[in-house]
Amino acid sequence: MKAARILSPILVVLMALGLWEALVRLWQVPAFVLPAPSAIWRALLEDYASLLVSAWMTLRISITAFVLAVAGGVSLAVLFSQSRAVEMALFPLAVILQVTPIVAIAPLIVIWAGIDNPNRALLLMAWIAAFFPVLSNMTLGLRAADHGLLDLYRLYGASRWQVLTQIRLPSALPYLLSAMKISGGLSLIGAVVAEFVAGSGASMGLAWRIMESGNRLQIAKMFAALLLLSLLGIAIFFCLSALESLLLRRWHESRLEQGS
Amino acid sequence: MLTIENLGKVFPGGTAALAGVSMQMAQGEIVSLLGPSGCGKSTLLRIAAGLIAPSSGRVEWTPPLEKGGIGVVFQDPTLMPWANSRRNVETPLRIAGVGARERHARAMEMLTLVGLENFSEAYPRTLSGGMKMRVSIARALVTRPPVLLLDEPFAALDEITRQQLNDDLLEICGKARLSVLFVTHSAAEAVYLSERILMMRARPGAIVNEIRINAPARRAEGFRHSPQFAAYCGQISTALRAAAA
Ligand SMILES: Nc1ncnc2c1ncn2[C@@H]1O[C@H](COP(=O)(O)OP(=O)(O)O)[C@@H](O)[C@H]1O
Ligand SMILES: [Mg+2]
Repeated sequence: MKAARILSPILVVLMALGLWEALVRLWQVPAFVLPAPSAIWRALLEDYASLLVSAWMTLRISITAFVLAVAGGVSLAVLFSQSRAVEMALFPLAVILQVTPIVAIAPLIVIWAGIDNPNRALLLMAWIAAFFPVLSNMTLGLRAADHGLLDLYRLYGASRWQVLTQIRLPSALPYLLSAMKISGGLSLIGAVVAEFVAGSGASMGLAWRIMESGNRLQIAKMFAALLLLSLLGIAIFFCLSALESLLLRRWHESRLEQGS
Repeated sequence: MLTIENLGKVFPGGTAALAGVSMQMAQGEIVSLLGPSGCGKSTLLRIAAGLIAPSSGRVEWTPPLEKGGIGVVFQDPTLMPWANSRRNVETPLRIAGVGARERHARAMEMLTLVGLENFSEAYPRTLSGGMKMRVSIARALVTRPPVLLLDEPFAALDEITRQQLNDDLLEICGKARLSVLFVTHSAAEAVYLSERILMMRARPGAIVNEIRINAPARRAEGFRHSPQFAAYCGQISTALRAAAA
């Protein structure tokens, strides 16, 4: 059962790759339109040094932005939960930040934040992309605490701090973890989009590799960079899913069918 | 022990949940509040517990209530799903700042009292409804309060479990000489548990009748099947119907 769940997608991917390879050879598709998987693999081996450096740079920006988004989103949500006035004043600003397309404000950010330090602009854009899901889910989670438990804590004269740490934060944990799975992916997307907008030479992440090889019609290398990018995304998602299982395994309803 | 005088409660929005409610409860007494759903039983209990403020009237505890001087069991077990039974039972002590060692010992003592000493490390989702309710009762008792308030605690349980818990509750309360205010909508449960039944009717919630049950506080074996029990239940059903009309 568990083996099937891992093996069947792998099998599907392998079959798709085989078909791809066969069709490219059969129809003799030019390499600058669609390279065969074998050509992509060769490009990856040839350029792995520079590609890995770029992947590491993109990953570093994503992770930094993600960590800052989680820290900022959680802190702000906690602040909101303590003061309705602060929430009413600030939440609309957060929404505006969220609904404005990141690509549209990117040039501004590059000018303001990135003039002397391009990476700072990338970081800021990745952060904006990742921040809102954390803030909004965490706000919801802190508010979703069981009213019976809140009554109980009031009955025993608990302090606000006790209510926050012993009820609200644990209640919000499942909400936070599912927001983190979304934000992890968004921070990567944000970092890549930012790099595209910031333009060539400003930084040398995977997006830059993609643009560069696109300009030089090295489509195989472009695919290799894309492959690394999706591997990064998958790795981020799996790490966060594993964290979620680890933290919720023993008590949360969503883990029920996996036994106790 | 508890004196309530001319109590009224109007919720914001205008629902008059209670009007002119007066009642008393003596030390060591078990009193049931019986009435159809929506008649204000929970509201009365929550006001008595100090969880919500009355709109008018007076609530007085003598001696005055201290923190942890009252145990409350709600209709749902309201356990923290992320904590095992023992840590759930420890909650009131943790709030009061009691040290870990004593917290642990007292929680185990209470779990033993409710017959769950072997489930101290179990998480709520692995427990049955009846067991969860036992944890909730253990938690209400862990501060050794002189008063216990219960709001339809067994309404969601099956009949057998419910009778078992009724018996256990009587035994625990008898041993500890607890004063108990027990909210229920079941006439049989009220007769079985209490010395006095206060009957309520709705819109606005008010106490319309008081019935004393003359049976030994420790119910004799087979009380549930005695003609006396059946007679009380019959009398109360009739009175309830009259009150609702
Ligand atoms: N927080 C509240 N706000 C407004 N109305 C309420 C609230 N709580 C209870 N009520 C109303 O007060 C009445 C009595 O409710 P309740 O005390 O829960 O009844 P019972 O416990 O006997 O079923 C009901 O009509 C209910 O709708
Ligand atoms: Mg009720």
